[in-house]
Amino acid sequence: MKNVKRNVLQTANYLKLALITCLLFCSCQGNSGNQQNNTADANTLIGAGSTFDYPLFSKQFAEYHKTTGLKVNYQSIGSGGGILQLINKTVDFGASDAPLNEEQTHKAGAPVLHIPVTAGAVVLSYNLPGVTDTLKLSPGVLAGIFLGEIKKWNDPKLTTINPDVTLPDLDIVIVHRSDGSGTTNIFTTYLGKVSAEWGKKVGEGSSIYWPTGLGGKGNEGVAGLVKQIPGAIGYVELAYALPNNMAIAKVQNKAGNYIFPDIASVTAAANMQIPQDARISLTNTDAVDGYPISGLSWIIIYREQGYNKRSADKVAKLIKLTWWQIHEGQQYSAALFYAPLSQNAVAVGEQILRSATYDGKVIIK
Amino acid sequence: MGANTDNGTITSKTGMARLLNIKTPDILKAKRIKRSHRHIRSEHFFRQLLIIMALLILVIVAGIALTLSVESVPSMKAMGISFLWGKMWNPVADIYGAYPFLLGTLLTSFLALIISIPFSFSIAIFLGEYYSKGWLSTLLKNTVELIAAVPSVIYGFWGLYVLVPIVRAFELKLGITPYGIGIFSASLILSIMVIPYAASMGREMIRMVPPPLKEGAYSLGATRYEVIRSIILPYTKSGMFAGILLSLGRALGETMAVTMIIGNTSLVPKNIFSPGNTMASVIANEFTEADKTVYLSALIELGLLLFLVTVVINMLGKRIIKRFTNE
Repeated sequence: MKNVKRNVLQTANYLKLALITCLLFCSCQGNSGNQQNNTADANTLIGAGSTFDYPLFSKQFAEYHKTTGLKVNYQSIGSGGGILQLINKTVDFGASDAPLNEEQTHKAGAPVLHIPVTAGAVVLSYNLPGVTDTLKLSPGVLAGIFLGEIKKWNDPKLTTINPDVTLPDLDIVIVHRSDGSGTTNIFTTYLGKVSAEWGKKVGEGSSIYWPTGLGGKGNEGVAGLVKQIPGAIGYVELAYALPNNMAIAKVQNKAGNYIFPDIASVTAAANMQIPQDARISLTNTDAVDGYPISGLSWIIIYREQGYNKRSADKVAKLIKLTWWQIHEGQQYSAALFYAPLSQNAVAVGEQILRSATYDGKVIIK
Repeated sequence: MGANTDNGTITSKTGMARLLNIKTPDILKAKRIKRSHRHIRSEHFFRQLLIIMALLILVIVAGIALTLSVESVPSMKAMGISFLWGKMWNPVADIYGAYPFLLGTLLTSFLALIISIPFSFSIAIFLGEYYSKGWLSTLLKNTVELIAAVPSVIYGFWGLYVLVPIVRAFELKLGITPYGIGIFSASLILSIMVIPYAASMGREMIRMVPPPLKEGAYSLGATRYEVIRSIILPYTKSGMFAGILLSLGRALGETMAVTMIIGNTSLVPKNIFSPGNTMASVIANEFTEADKTVYLSALIELGLLLFLVTVVINMLGKRIIKRFTNE
C-alpha cells in the first residue's frame, strides 16, 4: 500500500516538473509564434484597429466568408493600436478613424495607403428634463459650452438660437470620452475648425486636456452619464446614439442650416471633392445638407505589399477583400447605422487600391 | 504509525495476519533502503525547484521595474522631475504632469481604507471570536470571501447604476454640484472591494490567539469586550495591520471599477466630491490610443510611479508592523 502511494507521489512530482517545463517553453515561444501568424494560414487575413469599424467589419467579413471562404480575424483594439500593429507588420491591414500623424508616418518607413471604408458622425446627446423639442446648437455655442464659458442651459446665447424651446435654469454638465478615441478626434477637430479659441486653448487629438467636465469610458460610459445626470451634454457616435434612442441635437453646418444627424446627412457631408490620398477630415464641409461633425474611417495598408515574405496569393486576397468592402460591402452599412461611402469616396478608394504593388508590380488594374 | 495501526486491526481478526505481522517490518526495512537513494535525489531536486521558482519571482519583479524604467526614459528626458508635481496632463501640447492622478490615487485609496476598517475589523472579531463555528459563521465567511471574487467590472456597473444615484441625491441635499460620480463614490466602491482582505486576515489572527491567555483573563473576571480590547486586539495588531496593508495594495491598483465611477478628469480635485482620476485608470484609458512616443512613455512612467508608490507604502507598512511587534 505504502509503496504504491510513494510511487504515485513520485509520478505526480515528475508530472509537475514536466508541466512547469512545458509552461516555460511555451512562454518562451510565445514571441516567435506571433511573428509567424502572417504566413501560418494562407486563407486567413489578420487585421486590427478601430473599435468604431468593428460591428460593420464583422458583418462584412462574415458575408465575405460565406461567398469566398476567406477568414478574416479582426481585433478591435483601437485605431492607435491598429496603426502600431501595422507599423510592426504583425497584421495584414489596420483600420483607423484618424490618418497617420507625422510621427507615425515617419515610423512606418514606407508609404501607407488610406482607403476610405465607411463614414460616421459624432452627435451631441443631452439630458434636459421637461424638454421634448430637438435642441439646436450653433458652432460658436458648442465651443462655448465645451470650453466651459456657457455654464447654464438658459444662457442667452442658447435661448436666442432655440426660441421655441423653454430651457431650464440648470447647470451644464459636460461629459466627454475618458479613453483615447477617434470619436474625440473628430469632435475636437471640428471644434478647432469652428473656434479659434478652442484651437488655441485646447487643440485636437484623440485624448486632450479637457477644460471642464466628466469623462466616461467608451460610448456606453458617456451615454450612461448623460442619461443619469440632469443637465448633461455629451458626444457619442451616431451608430451608438441612433439604436439607443438618445436625445440628439441639431447642429448648424457651414451653409447655416441646422442639420439632424442621420445616415443621409452624413453621406451628404462626404459628397465632396476628396483629395487623391483620401486623408481628409469631413468636419464642417461645404455640403448644404451635410451634418458638420462627420468623419471617414480608413483601412490602412502598406503600398508595397511584398514584405515579411508574404505570398502573392495572400496579398491579392487582401486587395480583393478591400475592393469588395468599398463596393458590395457597403450594402450592410445602413442597417448597422453607418453612412455608406459617397460616390466620390468610392472612386478615390478605387484609385488608391490600384496604386498598391507587390514587389513593384501593380496588383489590380 | 499508519502501518502499525493497520496491523493491529488485522491481528485481532485472523491468525494468518499474525504471521504477516512478523514479516512486515523486514519487508518495510528492505524497501526503505531501496527507496532512500531515489528519495534523496528527488528531495534534492525538489529543493532546487523551489529555489528556481523563488528566484524566478525575483527576476520577474526586477524585470518589471527595469522595463518600466527603460521605457519611461523619453518622458523623463522631456519632462524631467516636473512630471511629479506638474498639474497639467495635456497630450495635445505634449506636457505631462502626474500630480492630479497621484493625488487621486492616494485620496481614493486612503479614504476607502478609512471607510472599510470599521467593517473589516467588526467582521474579523465577529467571525474570529463570537461565531467561529456553525452554519452562520460559514455562510458569512464565504460571503465575505465572495466579495473578493466578484470581478471589478461588476462593482463598476453596480456602482454606476445603484450607488452613484444615491450619492447624487446626497449631494443634492448638501448643495454640491450633483455629479454623483467622483472621488467619494469611487472610495465607497473601493472600500467594499477591500473589506475581505483585512477581514479574512484579521479573523485568522484572532483565532490564533492562545486560549490560555483568554481563559486567564476570563477567570480574572474580564467581560468579553474587555478580553477583546485588552487581550485579542493587542495580541493581533501586527497581523491586523498586515491585513490593512493588503487592502491598501488592492485599493491602489484597482482600475476598472474606479475608472467607471471616478469621473476621469485631468483637473486637480477640489474636494472629495469632485471628479478626479487615478494613475491606474489613466493608463487603462489612454494606453491604446497613445500615438506619440513621449505620450506613451509618460503613461509608462505613470506605471513606474504607481509601482514605486506601492513599494514605498509597503516598506513603510513593514516598518510599522515591526515597531508594533517589538513593543
